[in-house]
Amino acid sequence: MTVTEVKPDTTRKIPEHPKSLLLRMDRMPHIWCSRCGIGITVGCFASAMEKTGLSPDDITVTSGIGCTGRVAGYVKADSFHTTHGRAIPFTVGLALTRPDLKHVVFSGDGDLISIGGNHFIHAARRNQNMLVICVNNFTYAMTGGQLAPTTPVTARATTAPYGSFERPFSLPTLAISAGASYVARWTSLHIRRITDSMTEALQRRGFRFIEIIAPCSTIYARRNKLGTGLDLMKYYYENSVIDHNASVDDLDIGFQSKIVVGKFVDKDRPSYGKSMHEHFRKVLGNKYQPPVSGKMEIDKSWSGCTESQDTTVTDEVQS
Amino acid sequence: MPESNYWRKPFDADKVKSPDGTVYVIKDRCKGCGFCVEFCPRGVLVLSTEFNRKGYHPPEVIHPDRCVNCDLCERICPEFAIYCLNQEEIIELAP
Amino acid sequence: MVQADPVGVLTGTHYLDGDHAAAEGACSAGCRFFAGYPITPSTEVAERVALRFPLIGGTFIQMEDELASIAAVLGGSWGGLKSMTVTSGPGFSLMMENIGLGVMMEVPCVVINVQRGGPSTGLPTLPAQADMMQARWGSHGDYELIALSPNSPQECFDLTIESFNLSEQWRVPVLVMMDECIGHMTERVVIPEAGEIELVERRYTNLNPDDYLPYKPCEDLVPEMAPIGYGYRFHTTGLTHDERGYPSMNAETQQRCVGRLLDKINLNRDEIIHVDKHYLDDADIVVVSYGISSRVAIPAVEKARREGIKVGELRLVTVWPFPEKLIRELAGNVKAFIMPEINHGQVVLELERCAGGRAETRLVKHAGGWVHDPETIYEAIREAAK
Repeated sequence: MTVTEVKPDTTRKIPEHPKSLLLRMDRMPHIWCSRCGIGITVGCFASAMEKTGLSPDDITVTSGIGCTGRVAGYVKADSFHTTHGRAIPFTVGLALTRPDLKHVVFSGDGDLISIGGNHFIHAARRNQNMLVICVNNFTYAMTGGQLAPTTPVTARATTAPYGSFERPFSLPTLAISAGASYVARWTSLHIRRITDSMTEALQRRGFRFIEIIAPCSTIYARRNKLGTGLDLMKYYYENSVIDHNASVDDLDIGFQSKIVVGKFVDKDRPSYGKSMHEHFRKVLGNKYQPPVSGKMEIDKSWSGCTESQDTTVTDEVQS
Repeated sequence: MPESNYWRKPFDADKVKSPDGTVYVIKDRCKGCGFCVEFCPRGVLVLSTEFNRKGYHPPEVIHPDRCVNCDLCERICPEFAIYCLNQEEIIELAP
Repeated sequence: MVQADPVGVLTGTHYLDGDHAAAEGACSAGCRFFAGYPITPSTEVAERVALRFPLIGGTFIQMEDELASIAAVLGGSWGGLKSMTVTSGPGFSLMMENIGLGVMMEVPCVVINVQRGGPSTGLPTLPAQADMMQARWGSHGDYELIALSPNSPQECFDLTIESFNLSEQWRVPVLVMMDECIGHMTERVVIPEAGEIELVERRYTNLNPDDYLPYKPCEDLVPEMAPIGYGYRFHTTGLTHDERGYPSMNAETQQRCVGRLLDKINLNRDEIIHVDKHYLDDADIVVVSYGISSRVAIPAVEKARREGIKVGELRLVTVWPFPEKLIRELAGNVKAFIMPEINHGQVVLELERCAGGRAETRLVKHAGGWVHDPETIYEAIREAAK
């Protein structure tokens, strides 16, 4: 395999980008088109990481497939680029074996809600410990602009050349009804709100969901004659309505309609791991052996230490 | 802000200095989306007429004195190509 | 090699079916993460694991489907625990894509497939060995993995442990290709003392994060893993990648990346492959078989031997990678190979290829639903001996 070495940039005349410790700057420029909104959400995520004071070593990032599926490759944490739709169940495995870390799923609407829709509702139902960030650009952009489960009615897609007539999913409604413990929606223009939401959600436990409406300039905007990504950003500016108490009926998005954004749910509900722990402790009493964590196992072999170590985890770790 | 009788000048207005920042652009990383130019609340930037290596027009600072280091350009840039820093940060991140 | 953790080892003599024995094998091997979805005839494995894991410090989760199960298992393995799932034909089909991801990302994990009759829903409660080629070729693209085939509940226990060892050593998903008959067959299973069970532990890197490349292979072509959350900040992807784990999509990287994944198994075949040989020294005819069919073949071989036919038995404990070298050697010395399998000819294709026309290859086929009558195998031996 060819490895191009990353040499220190001796020609650099200006200070380092402030996020260069959190993002893989050696991979820039990234693959996203000009006027795409995904990069903004990644920048907000980096800011949120800074604000929480978490080190990248406390976080894993997992993506599925698609444009947003490439996010994992640009965040300088342990990161996993998995198969189409399977980022959530993959993270279920990570979260249950490493409950001490924060696990983030960063993917697109087609990936998380269409092919991965079943995993989405079940992970929310079980309140699995993860933050799911969904960048919704209303289309399958990587494959050239096909109809997505989020495409608004009448919007055109390559596989809906005469416009869509299917009712799209409203993602916050879906997450709320499936039982997510934190649900927010913003557009990629709401940079400070996104950052605050991500900061807040990173510190919660359970299934947390943030939808970010972002412009797809090359595919969605062009096919629908909406101008460019910049025009979509202006549309968000003029048509976003912040309403934290919006009823789920208001959360539907029509073609170029107003977009209700806000933080809709923020509640404390025991996570899957915590419920499991408490239930077994009650039912099995002393016979219950709390789950070992991958972290403990690693320490054992890593240090070359052969004597067995205490593998019991504390309640905090399992919560 | 409409003129109002109740509006007054803050007592410490002459003591408080609005923060100032310096804008940096990594020109060859820019894809010319114009988000920073459009949304900069102080009108610091314009898209330059020059081309970068990839054929885009990167932003150019035309009113450096107006920058208040609000970081909006940095956060709204999808390319991680622009950022503003205050004096302390410049020292910290110096090449 | 380290010894098994006594917490998971149910030392003693038990009366177990193959499914339960496989679950105990997983407990003994130190598997502490299991994600699965119910499907006949494999459900008993999941049931036993669900019962046992809370008592031995494991995490069991029943996922929403098989797609999720295998994905969670890959995540669990990256999380640092030995991980396993279990399924049968239809679920195995659903798992194929992520088995490929496991190969590409080089994730140690174990998938048990208790085979039933197919295609489609087929015969949920009756045996077949018709997923053998799917195990080899079911996921898209070129890849090599390891598949073992137990022929008794005792072996379900032993080979499950072995499959964890192989998966950790070679960083590859290992398939345990059971069948309904073995899965539901109840026999004596002896579980040894923990001290007698030897386990291969994961090889983590000793390099510091600045020097570490996640896909830089060691001498045996297997790269060392890095634990998550320890500053390595590595990236791994199902895309064709370079040594840094970064996507690099061009013909050259594809050749290097996939080439190594194939070589990793192919060049280490001698170390991986395990076969059982009986009466091969003077054999003119060799019955080559695996799984339940290898047990059914025993009375046929014995009967033919009693009648003076020089017949031997070669049992493939490791079906994939296929013992090509051994078959090529034997083909020069024997007259015929006979392969009974509960399908219409799958592994026999590989046998025929390796025999290369130097020895006759006969298939004793069976559509599934039951096992071979030893008599039909015996007849095939007699035919070949003529």
